Amino acid sequence: MKALQFRRNLPRYAAARIAGGFVPGGGASAGPLSLIDMDPPTAPGPDWVRVRPRLSGICGSDLATVDGRSARYFEPLVSFPFVPGHEVVGDLDDGTRVVLEPVLGCVSRNLHPTCTSCADGRLGNCEHTSFGDLEPGIQTGSCHDTGGGWATAFTAHRTQLHVVPDDMDDAAAVMVEPTACGVHAALAAHVPDDGVVVVLGAGTLGQVTLAALRAHASPRTIITTARYPEQRRMAGLLGADLVIAPDEVRRAVRRTTGSRAIGAPTIDGPREGVVDRLTGGADVVVDCVGSSASLTDALAVVRPRGRIVLVGMPAEVTLELTPLWHREVELVGAYTYGTEILADGTQRRTFDMATDLVRDADLGRLVTATYPLSRYREALEHAAAAGRRGAVKIAFDLRYEKERNDL
Amino acid sequence: MSNGRHLAPRPGFVLDVDRNSPPIVFHHGEGFRLEKLPPGRSRVIYPAEPLEGLADPDGAIRHALDNPLGDSEPLRALLHSDMKLTIAFDDISLPLPPMRRPDIRQRVIEAVLDLAAEAGVDDVHLIAALAVHRRMTEDELRHAVGDRVYDAFAPDGRLYNHDAEDPDGMVVLGETPHGEDVQFSRRAAESDLVVYVNINLVAMDGGHKSTATGLSGYTSLRHHHNVHTMSNSRSFMDQKNSALHASNWRMGKVLKDAGVKIFQIETTVNNDTFGRQGPMALLQKREWEWSTRDRMQFLAMKAGLDLMPTGAKRKAFSSWQAPYALTSVQAGEIEAVHEVTTANVYRQQLVAVEGQTDILTMGLPYICPYNVNSIMNPILVMCLGLGYFFNLYRGRPLVREGGVLILSHPTPWEFHPVHHPSYIDFFEQVLADTTDPAEIERKYEKQFAEDEWYIHLYRNSYAYHGVHPFYMWYWGTHALEHLGRVIIVGGDPAAVRRMGFQPASSLQDALEMASDVVGPQPTITHMKNPPILMADVT
Repeated sequence: MKALQFRRNLPRYAAARIAGGFVPGGGASAGPLSLIDMDPPTAPGPDWVRVRPRLSGICGSDLATVDGRSARYFEPLVSFPFVPGHEVVGDLDDGTRVVLEPVLGCVSRNLHPTCTSCADGRLGNCEHTSFGDLEPGIQTGSCHDTGGGWATAFTAHRTQLHVVPDDMDDAAAVMVEPTACGVHAALAAHVPDDGVVVVLGAGTLGQVTLAALRAHASPRTIITTARYPEQRRMAGLLGADLVIAPDEVRRAVRRTTGSRAIGAPTIDGPREGVVDRLTGGADVVVDCVGSSASLTDALAVVRPRGRIVLVGMPAEVTLELTPLWHREVELVGAYTYGTEILADGTQRRTFDMATDLVRDADLGRLVTATYPLSRYREALEHAAAAGRRGAVKIAFDLRYEKERNDL
Repeated sequence: MSNGRHLAPRPGFVLDVDRNSPPIVFHHGEGFRLEKLPPGRSRVIYPAEPLEGLADPDGAIRHALDNPLGDSEPLRALLHSDMKLTIAFDDISLPLPPMRRPDIRQRVIEAVLDLAAEAGVDDVHLIAALAVHRRMTEDELRHAVGDRVYDAFAPDGRLYNHDAEDPDGMVVLGETPHGEDVQFSRRAAESDLVVYVNINLVAMDGGHKSTATGLSGYTSLRHHHNVHTMSNSRSFMDQKNSALHASNWRMGKVLKDAGVKIFQIETTVNNDTFGRQGPMALLQKREWEWSTRDRMQFLAMKAGLDLMPTGAKRKAFSSWQAPYALTSVQAGEIEAVHEVTTANVYRQQLVAVEGQTDILTMGLPYICPYNVNSIMNPILVMCLGLGYFFNLYRGRPLVREGGVLILSHPTPWEFHPVHHPSYIDFFEQVLADTTDPAEIERKYEKQFAEDEWYIHLYRNSYAYHGVHPFYMWYWGTHALEHLGRVIIVGGDPAAVRRMGFQPASSLQDALEMASDVVGPQPTITHMKNPPILMADVT
């Protein structure tokens, strides 16, 4: 089969980091990713099936890996070589169309009894990740044994698969996985009714989180930062009340919340009128960027005892935490999905909620461009510059790959 | 006058540009552009040369106080020992640029205080009548009133800035027949006499506007600083055809009926903005009268400015103080005084112009009423060009309806955060949404006007009130309704576009762009201002 494989190769890591520093996505050309012919992964057990991807998305975490920007935290949580790709809609051998829930929890690792988190349906919080019958890998797409979506085939545990409704096209289906992240984040935000929410970032995660907040919370105002015109337009369509440039966020939140502001101190004393941080602020900030700058913004604009939800995958960040301490701010992560407990006490699988939201909010339109595997360098560069080039989600289209259809 | 050789100052003048006409100096923020206008269809309106100042300003002031106009007794007859006296004076926005010491306000206030002392008046307060402008700093107050007055009154709190948001310091005195609330300084309202000390730089200033605006707050201002009045003022520099002034005049009557007694002192200055000597003197000369030395001096100055960093240029220009001379002073009853004042403003500034033009060009200078010691941000560029300068006409606008206005200014996307905090928000949020004054007024004005942080900064820091950028935008309402297109030459393209205007890198480009609107071979008029001129268009 044909696959994009990521190998452990330190000199190429360094090259990817340098290349990615010059041109985002440039790590695809210089780094340890390569397009190869390889044997399909063998099923690790009887409950595993072959999936032939139709569309496979490129996510921010994939780009961080390709450009050598991933945190070293993940090193023991992946197994090399691996095939990336975890946002997948594909076909089973019997023709059933499925989307992949890529988290590898206790069940897929054949661990019994399962950990408490998995028992509760919170697969993303699995306490046994990297153990069991599988090589390390928190998700399909970072585990050597399973393969990944950037290939003409991979293997998946049956519990990882969700049947795609017949009326949902492939573009919509490939958005279910990232949308599930947004739904989980929106619910983790605990937005008070009539509250003010800020969504930092308007890439794919920002857009789906915004849609999820609009669908599953009742804020008075959602403010979204967006750098590029198409991102601004889409954020407006998905329900942002105010879309502003990233460097305008502090003033915008101040205006919206009626907060006062404190200026940056100078040798002449504080500069009145400069908005360095707010005295009040937003109830919730959902950070879909995960950088030092975005987290600093989040801490500057969240109200005392407010909540920051970190959705964008951070690496190492430099952060002044005094405001977190002084203003008793909650900083929580929101990683993947599983089972959600709703306000009325009922439980729903995040993927089911995401499937509904993709349909209701027409999130398939976020898929802007697709590429064959052979043009992976262009695809990754496009994905890395998506906002600037008027795109949101870039995906590999494997439907016409000869190797896939010969399998 | 040219090189000081003319016996009498020459009036304003309209030059028809021909092939022999030299390039014209355009103001361009903290710099200049030399522009060649198309011959045969262009004209340049030059301001009048500076009138001679009064030989004895202090004597003239004393004379005015003793010989009031209208239904008023002499000031000394209005003063008595057990009275409460408030002296209010124009703020940092006048004159422009700030004038050399002694400032006219100092001369007048000292004269008033001499009479008050003679009468044994002890309860005297001095208030900078700034309405919703920023507070004046100590240095600025000292410059306006002089060190002697400042040191005598400021330390014990008897000289201060008006605070339109002081809940205890403001009072509503009534309502006009048009339903306009008349809010006023409580101290002034409770005084036995208010003496107002004005500098009337342009025809918009003075009259009832001095007190009804200067000592009021948002409760009153919203009735005349709005889109409706601006749309119905043709122009707001022509009091008799200005809805802005009509409202102020109605409020003046309410003040009078409420028992507020006002003794108005108005002054006018000449056009000596840049001096007859020194580096800026060239700006008061007509280009074809420049000597070789003048040309060399200008080119050297321009080259130097082009190389200087913006901050250094700003500092250099901000340090310029105009050698204005007093051309008239009149005191007494407000309307009688203001009629004479206006005539004196016109005597200096009015230039007869025949007919309108297809394209009006303006070089905008580094200063306007709201960026003294500050930054000319894009909203102020709009206000100066489409507000003040466009409205400097009597009769009809210089440019025809549907015509094009071309401004020259760097228009940096830059704001003074201390002075103009709400301007930043206005630019980032409001103008990103809409540039339509009526929609802006409807959707955003109240929110900004009542924003607690802006109010805090206005009261305690040196910030213009939260509502102030709205007024700046409204000031351009008439022009926006009248014009077919606005082009800014040499401006920051992003800032220019944010305001709904078109950027051009050169005047030639701008003229080409304008031809899309007004057709080929349009007539062009350049308004060479400052020194200030007001076009009397027939």
